[in-house]
Amino acid sequence: MATDIASPASRSASSERTRAIRAGLVRRHATEQIFRGLGIAAIAVALGFVAILFIDVFRKGIPAFVQSNVHLSVFFDPELIDVDPAPARDQFPSDAEYTAASLKWQRSVALLNWNTIVEASLRKAAPEAGDMTAREILSIPETDARHEIREMFVANPSLLGQTVDVDVLASANAQNWIKGNIDRSLGDKQQQLSAPARALIDTFVENGTISNGFAWSILTNVDSRSAPASAGLLGAFVGTLWMMLIVVVLAVPIGVAAAIYLEEFAPKSRLTDLIEVNINNLAAVPSIVFGLLGAAVFINWFHLPISAPLVGGLVLTLLTLPTIIIATRGALLGVSPALRQAALGMGASKTQMVFHHVLPVTFPSILTATILGVAHALGETAPLLLIGMKAFVASVPATPLDQAAALPVQIYLWQGNENRNFFEPRTAAAIMVLLGVMILLNGAAIYLRSRLEKRA
Amino acid sequence: MNALIVAGVLLVLLGVSYQTGWSKSRNLATANGVKVHSRPQYHGSYSAIWTMIPALVILLLWAWFGGGIARDYAVSQIPQDTLLALDQAGLNNALNRINALASGYGVAGDVAPWEQAAGSAVRSFNFLTFAGMLVLAVVAGGAGLVYARSRITARLRARNTVERVISLLLLACSGVAILTTVGIVASLVTEAFRFFTFINPIDFFFGTVWAPNNAGGANHGQYGLLPLLTGTLMITAIAMLVAVPVGLMAAIYLSQYAPRGFRAVVKPFIEILAGIPTIVFGFFALVTVGPFLRDFGNAIGLNINATSALTAGIVMGIMIIPFVSSLSDDILNQVPRSLRDGAYGLGATQSETIRNVLLPAALPGIVGAFLLAVSRAVGETMIVVLAAGNSPILRGNPFEPVSTITVSIVNQLTGDTDFTGPQSLVGFALGLTLFVVTLCLNIFALYIVRRFREQYE
Repeated sequence: MATDIASPASRSASSERTRAIRAGLVRRHATEQIFRGLGIAAIAVALGFVAILFIDVFRKGIPAFVQSNVHLSVFFDPELIDVDPAPARDQFPSDAEYTAASLKWQRSVALLNWNTIVEASLRKAAPEAGDMTAREILSIPETDARHEIREMFVANPSLLGQTVDVDVLASANAQNWIKGNIDRSLGDKQQQLSAPARALIDTFVENGTISNGFAWSILTNVDSRSAPASAGLLGAFVGTLWMMLIVVVLAVPIGVAAAIYLEEFAPKSRLTDLIEVNINNLAAVPSIVFGLLGAAVFINWFHLPISAPLVGGLVLTLLTLPTIIIATRGALLGVSPALRQAALGMGASKTQMVFHHVLPVTFPSILTATILGVAHALGETAPLLLIGMKAFVASVPATPLDQAAALPVQIYLWQGNENRNFFEPRTAAAIMVLLGVMILLNGAAIYLRSRLEKRA
Repeated sequence: MNALIVAGVLLVLLGVSYQTGWSKSRNLATANGVKVHSRPQYHGSYSAIWTMIPALVILLLWAWFGGGIARDYAVSQIPQDTLLALDQAGLNNALNRINALASGYGVAGDVAPWEQAAGSAVRSFNFLTFAGMLVLAVVAGGAGLVYARSRITARLRARNTVERVISLLLLACSGVAILTTVGIVASLVTEAFRFFTFINPIDFFFGTVWAPNNAGGANHGQYGLLPLLTGTLMITAIAMLVAVPVGLMAAIYLSQYAPRGFRAVVKPFIEILAGIPTIVFGFFALVTVGPFLRDFGNAIGLNINATSALTAGIVMGIMIIPFVSSLSDDILNQVPRSLRDGAYGLGATQSETIRNVLLPAALPGIVGAFLLAVSRAVGETMIVVLAAGNSPILRGNPFEPVSTITVSIVNQLTGDTDFTGPQSLVGFALGLTLFVVTLCLNIFALYIVRRFREQYE
């Protein structure tokens, strides 16, 4: 019992030590709290950046999905449209002669100044615009309004002398003014539109001649320089689609085959090691270097067409291959040895074992890896710039050998447009489309994986 | 059109040959009641292989040499006296006109009678060679098929042959990776070598002025790498200052503190950052972060440019956060539990365990992750193209615009592919520099990470 009773001296020493430890504990727990707080802060910072980025892009981009339309009632004035009647088929003995005549007629129609028709309709809508110059008035609709009206007439020559209601786009500058993208308090010199034109736009908005609608043109038009308000993403979207098709068709079979070889068949040799080191390094080579490869090999040596989705697709295939190979190898490695042994035990050859039993089990992972690889390739910009895909292309590529733009390159081109007030929201809108496609792809990957894994 | 016909013919060949082998095999089995070595699919594939390889070889030879032969024929159709009068460009022009006439599109301007004649000659030549090649390919394939069919017996080890072909195909596919590397190295080295015939390598690697004369002419301008290198390093350093603390702390919290549910929700959200295309980050830097930093600088009396090393560096750091955090997360999870339990047993708090035991143990791996992140930052392009200001001047102020290696590659090489002067060739010299730097960083980092893994296995 005596050993349990400490002497007063040692008791006071131990209580002093306890006090010191207590004091230390407070300090240590405080450090603990601070450390933990730092961790939470780091996560908050990372998540905060995600949130800020998305909110910022959406806040900027959503207004671009609204476009201002000018409702005109266009009078196809016979005095202004001074052309011969359109040729009819029965006037000519053969198809060829009819085609020649109607092409000649269309040329004579194209030579007319259709801006006078647009101007007349605008003046009719705004009687108060009497002393405005034609230039000022024509700064309100987009410059392609005259083509739109001409094409209506070419398609239906009987419109001559009639009045038709037509919606045309408001010009980029007019939309800037309407949406407030440009500071309304700026002086006349800094405004892109003249004072009477701005006043007229405000009148139009008040009396309903100009109204807002959803900007389908962003999705259904091709890029345009002369009529910026009508510039759209369709060409770039189709170009991207071609490239992704090439990536899927080439990268998936080659990548999966390479992974199968390395994981299942390759003997332990120098060559195998070399291939493995190679793939790991390729996965970390900057994407711009792949662009240099494309420029030198595909375009300069093989003379493939410049700025074609084919070359872009090939470059992106090489870029995606390492990702797909590494992911597929991981999936193959995860297949249980029991499955392999069972197949071999039943007399299957190694090839049969791999293709009939192992590969089907890894299908969900390979699918996911493919989708993620494609999503990654979708956003690549730098290599495409080097193979000439930053050219201005105002058409939808019909084959992978035609000139084309791509979604991320279109973003790059639009952010560099001089009409910043108009193109900054439009760029953000293009980014929203790109992000939308990527989120869709990633979502599909997650959904398919969970579904297929449940079934397996 | 031609490609579609060829594809169609090949498909028909494939189907016919497979079916032939398959039915022969079936007949063997049913007629004699013998035990056939391979299953009918293998006999089908066997005869398909024997059919497709000769056909494909002929078509590939034609694809390779056909263009040259057609060109020679077109040249031979130009009258001798006209041909002698043409220089290289004139000859190419004449050939283009002839080919346009042959394809039926027609050409601008008046057509000389000899052009018309050559056009129609080339047209019939093209048609005949195409048809001839196709027939030849089908005949060769047919011959292969007949041979294969004659070899199909009950004892033929068709499966072994087919499997050997399959594994050769697999090997060829993994060879694509090597080909890619060879292609990268070959193109970078040859074009960079051509660049160094214009510019002395010493002037390139140690020059302090970057002023290419893009107008062309005898004066090529100056190509000093150092301003670009300092710009790259400055932006990389800023990016690391942002990414490493945030990424590492986030990884520590997620792997050591966070409850399972929190981790499952938060981790994918952080990884969203890794999936966002860099052009989007570039736009964000250009229109949001840059102006914000400039206004912030004005408010505290600093002169910060909207497009500067700071802007690009911060946004690049944000981009790299998930990269750092997921790599560190993996590495922290690999440290054996016993180390942590030992520290807890001695009475250490959780943060003390992390700081004094876990991090030192994981340090090599984290250094590897850091180096991988550096290599990512060095090679990143679009953010710096948009937000770094493209001002290749040697200076050390991060608030000023800078330029980087990648930006200069983009500036010197876009759209221009004749690769004749140093103005565009410098892109490859810069690319080679970039490739070597990132390759060294990657190899070193992967080596460290692997050593670290082996240490705890």
